Amino acid sequence: MILPSTIIFYMLAGVSVASAFMVIASRNPIYSIFFLILTFVQAAGLFILLHAEFLALLLVVVYVGAVAVLFLFVVMMLDIDFSTLREGVLQYMPIGATVGVILLCELIFVFASSSEWAGANKIATSITTSDITNTEAIGRVLYTDYIYYFQLAGVILLVAMIGAIVLTLVEYDNPRRQNIAAQNARRPEDAIELIDIKPQDKEDTL
Amino acid sequence: MWATYLFPTLIIALHSFAVIMVLLVALAFFMYGDRKIWAAVQYRRGPNVVGPFGLLQSFADIFKYLFKEVIIPTAANKPIFLLAPFITMFLALSAWAVIPVSEGWAVADINVGILYVLAISSLGVYGVLMGGWASNSKYPFLGALRSAAQMVSYEVSIGLVIISVLLCVGSLNLTDIVLAQKTIWFAVPLFPMFVIFFISALAETNRPPFDLPEAESELVSGFMTEYASTPYVMFMIGELANIVLMCAMAVILFLGGWLPPVDIVPFNLVPGVVWFMLKLGFMFFCFAMAKAIVPRYRYDQLMRLGWKVFLPATLAWVVLVAAVLQFIRPLIIN
Repeated sequence: MILPSTIIFYMLAGVSVASAFMVIASRNPIYSIFFLILTFVQAAGLFILLHAEFLALLLVVVYVGAVAVLFLFVVMMLDIDFSTLREGVLQYMPIGATVGVILLCELIFVFASSSEWAGANKIATSITTSDITNTEAIGRVLYTDYIYYFQLAGVILLVAMIGAIVLTLVEYDNPRRQNIAAQNARRPEDAIELIDIKPQDKEDTL
Repeated sequence: MWATYLFPTLIIALHSFAVIMVLLVALAFFMYGDRKIWAAVQYRRGPNVVGPFGLLQSFADIFKYLFKEVIIPTAANKPIFLLAPFITMFLALSAWAVIPVSEGWAVADINVGILYVLAISSLGVYGVLMGGWASNSKYPFLGALRSAAQMVSYEVSIGLVIISVLLCVGSLNLTDIVLAQKTIWFAVPLFPMFVIFFISALAETNRPPFDLPEAESELVSGFMTEYASTPYVMFMIGELANIVLMCAMAVILFLGGWLPPVDIVPFNLVPGVVWFMLKLGFMFFCFAMAKAIVPRYRYDQLMRLGWKVFLPATLAWVVLVAAVLQFIRPLIIN
């Protein structure tokens, strides 16, 4: 008997693999990003199948709702000539292939080492058997056992953010900044002047 | 085996269908109410021709749009151009799946309900971006860029406001959030957060005074400039559904959802759904009044308000709420 959850799993997994392939296969970079978003959403669906709804929605909020929006934002503003885009592919092929092979080897090592699997299985079963919600479960692990790593990750993100700001900050000679304090301090008495104009004679206007 | 899955699926489908039908009809009257309030503020009559008091005006408008020809610009990216309004409407309606209108009256009463609403509303920006880009025209593109920046900015402060409420509740479930307000509505102790949520919700849904993505004096009609007939109606319904969703969120987070104002006899005999609708109507009235009486912001003022005023204020408030709950509440309880 095939369970509906099995069918849903293969649907989500199939679409996510196919759309991940389309990310690198599609010619238009905009389509690539849409397929990337589709991949994220499918991954969120897989998390829900695992009863990890907190992680699933966090994935949607952070990756789809914020990160992919910025990708899309940048790519939409790029002026891309699609014909020249394909020319450099062969030139970068060796580097890309090397990185791909290294990643594949890593995956094989992870799958081959049985001790890692046992640990992963233990964690997966321990969460489903407890009666607390998975939001609480993640919080209890993240803010106790892994508090230093968690804080460290935050610091790294902060450094990356400051780095990005420093790299893109351009000092203009004549920056047109808005002086908000002065604008808020403006009152009708300073800006509006009511003048009593005397009605003129008809001859004067003509 | 299949019967055990098929039957509940069918029930959920029927539930969802009922919610969508009621919501769409209600949206037509919300649209009418919006226009009537706006007109009343400006000493006009507003829609008063179709049906008694013009009550059927929105239906007349919708049918007018549906019977018009769908126009797709030749330079547009056709699949994405047509996908954009569909995504906007689909997301706006699907967020309603978790909204509890009364005790137990939600299609899906999930544990992470508030996070679901936040996730769905953060996806709303895609409809706008896709529509603006696929139109392949300057005004829609500028409108889409403005809208994306605006929605991403105000989501941050909305997220922090929600966190400060969640700290008081201790659950992400929307029903739990409402039930936690039995003694006092969160609008009272968290009043500054309520105000910030209201203003951020205006900005998040591109409502005046933050309707810069479709500022008609600058950008014709923003990302919707190239749209006509049915796709345009889908954008409109999606936007309106989002606005009413934000009103519902304000009701659930701050105004006690379906709970009566005071738990004494004449009030608690009224069904919860009536209280919910009354509060929803009040929030929508506030939205409509904001549209009618406040002039439009300048874009840099909008960004300043989001990042330099609301973000530090909400962050400080979250710290304050957490500190009160951690250090002062134990003293009171013990």
